[in-house]
Amino acid sequence: MKVLVPVKRVVDYNVKVRVKSDQTDVDIANVKMSMNPFDEIAVEEATRLKEKGTVTEIVAVSCGVTQCQEQIRSAMAIGADRGVLVETDVALQPLAVAKLLKAVADKEQPQLIILGKQAIDDDSNQTGQMLAALLGWPQATFASKVEVEGDHVKVTREIDGGLETLSLKLPAIITTDLRLNEPRYATLPKIMQAKKKQLDTFKPEDLGVDVTPRLTVVKVAEPAARKAGIKVPDVAALVDKLKNEAKVI
Amino acid sequence: MTVLVIAEHDNNSIKSATLNTVAAASKLGADIHVLVAGKDVSSAAGQAAQIAGVSKVLVADGDALANDLAENLAEQVLQVAGNYSHILFPATASGKNTAPRVAAKLDVAQISEITAIIDADTFERPIYAGNAIATVKSADAKKVITVRTTAFDAVANTGGSAAQESLAVVADSGLSTFVGREIAKSARPELTAASVIVSGGRGLGSAENFKILDGLADKLGAAVGASRAAVDAGYAPNDLQVGQTGKVVAPQLYIAVGISGAIQHLAGMKDSKVIVAINKDPEAPIFGVADYGLVADLFTAVPELEKSI
Repeated sequence: MKVLVPVKRVVDYNVKVRVKSDQTDVDIANVKMSMNPFDEIAVEEATRLKEKGTVTEIVAVSCGVTQCQEQIRSAMAIGADRGVLVETDVALQPLAVAKLLKAVADKEQPQLIILGKQAIDDDSNQTGQMLAALLGWPQATFASKVEVEGDHVKVTREIDGGLETLSLKLPAIITTDLRLNEPRYATLPKIMQAKKKQLDTFKPEDLGVDVTPRLTVVKVAEPAARKAGIKVPDVAALVDKLKNEAKVI
Repeated sequence: MTVLVIAEHDNNSIKSATLNTVAAASKLGADIHVLVAGKDVSSAAGQAAQIAGVSKVLVADGDALANDLAENLAEQVLQVAGNYSHILFPATASGKNTAPRVAAKLDVAQISEITAIIDADTFERPIYAGNAIATVKSADAKKVITVRTTAFDAVANTGGSAAQESLAVVADSGLSTFVGREIAKSARPELTAASVIVSGGRGLGSAENFKILDGLADKLGAAVGASRAAVDAGYAPNDLQVGQTGKVVAPQLYIAVGISGAIQHLAGMKDSKVIVAINKDPEAPIFGVADYGLVADLFTAVPELEKSI
């Protein structure tokens, strides 16, 4: 079966972003960009399913600026067979991305779509669920284990307080949690091979999708700073501070 | 304008996340209705009716809703969505699972994990792991929102006397089925509701050593948390994880033991009232947010702290 894996280009998770002084956005000029870590886990899972023989083809999709090609190539270096870029300069919100992905899914007819559970820039945690709703497919979010069994997929999910297992009828949507797998490093030969793989580009207009943002960002501000703390010399001093100054114990 | 709050419950009792979400709803200055959807929920519905400020409780009680499946719960919410200007879910695993499904079906953008309400259309929410706070304005007629529960003080769970109304329960979608659930057992308070949390990181070194925190936690009546490093290393189960990808907490006192303080961890705990860090590395970033820092070996400091409280 065919698997679609959407990947997002985000500020690298090691970068501490700064808010612009005019408070319009965070400053991401000249900042290192990478594939969203949850999406790497999604690509890895698709690749493992292919290695097991369950999956025949993996298509990586990204929506956004031209440079998103880099992230599609990274997905190809891990194991994706080809790529689709939906190219636009509009700042895309989850609903718009879900609609674009639905249009791609309608073309490609995958049996499974694996997404990351959230992107580490907007921290929305919406796209997978929205895509499932638009396609009318079942969903299993925050997956920590995936087993395809015939025309169903059994997914263990991380929920508050523990784990839960669901069985979904294919075609289905899965979003990955951190513990699903450990993504492999792309080797140099794989990176070279990835450059030769097919990458098709569409515009949102080609897919008939309106990507106008529904939410306007009024302001982006620094979070309230914590006031500088003190270092205490020993446990006795710590207990004293907690009892008499902070009064929390 | 009427606001619908989707209750978080375990079919028997209302969870505290619901009370925080009602608190957020009350800031909108509108009538508040609560939906209790599940199986055999009469006692949870009764508790919901007593929440201060709630004027009506909608009860959907049936097999399709027994296991909190997103497909069915979203359909149930959509049946009544037409009557409401705002639909609020707590930003719990369940709320986050279902809310976007409802929003997409209504063709509206969802606003995730709000931490403040400016007006009926404008909300604050953290982005980039809490390193920036965005103020966003929605152009949609209907708002679907998840509420970061630690950002709103819970309303009282008594004093209300809302009327209850039964809803027709949706048919099972047949798309997904529930197989099983494994809930970690703990006698300690729930992490997101605890007023004191003792959290351990990679510095603990092993699952065996992680137990060193138990005595201190018991003495403080605290919940035990963990950093992602500790969870990944297998020292603690994953539902204890505090951080961007785990739980977001804001207790009165947060004691970070052997935790360096990566930004992903700080995103989950930096709104705590008082933060204490115990770490042997004086350069650890955790000291940048700690009110009280103790540079010491945790294996001597923790037992000593336990004894002196």
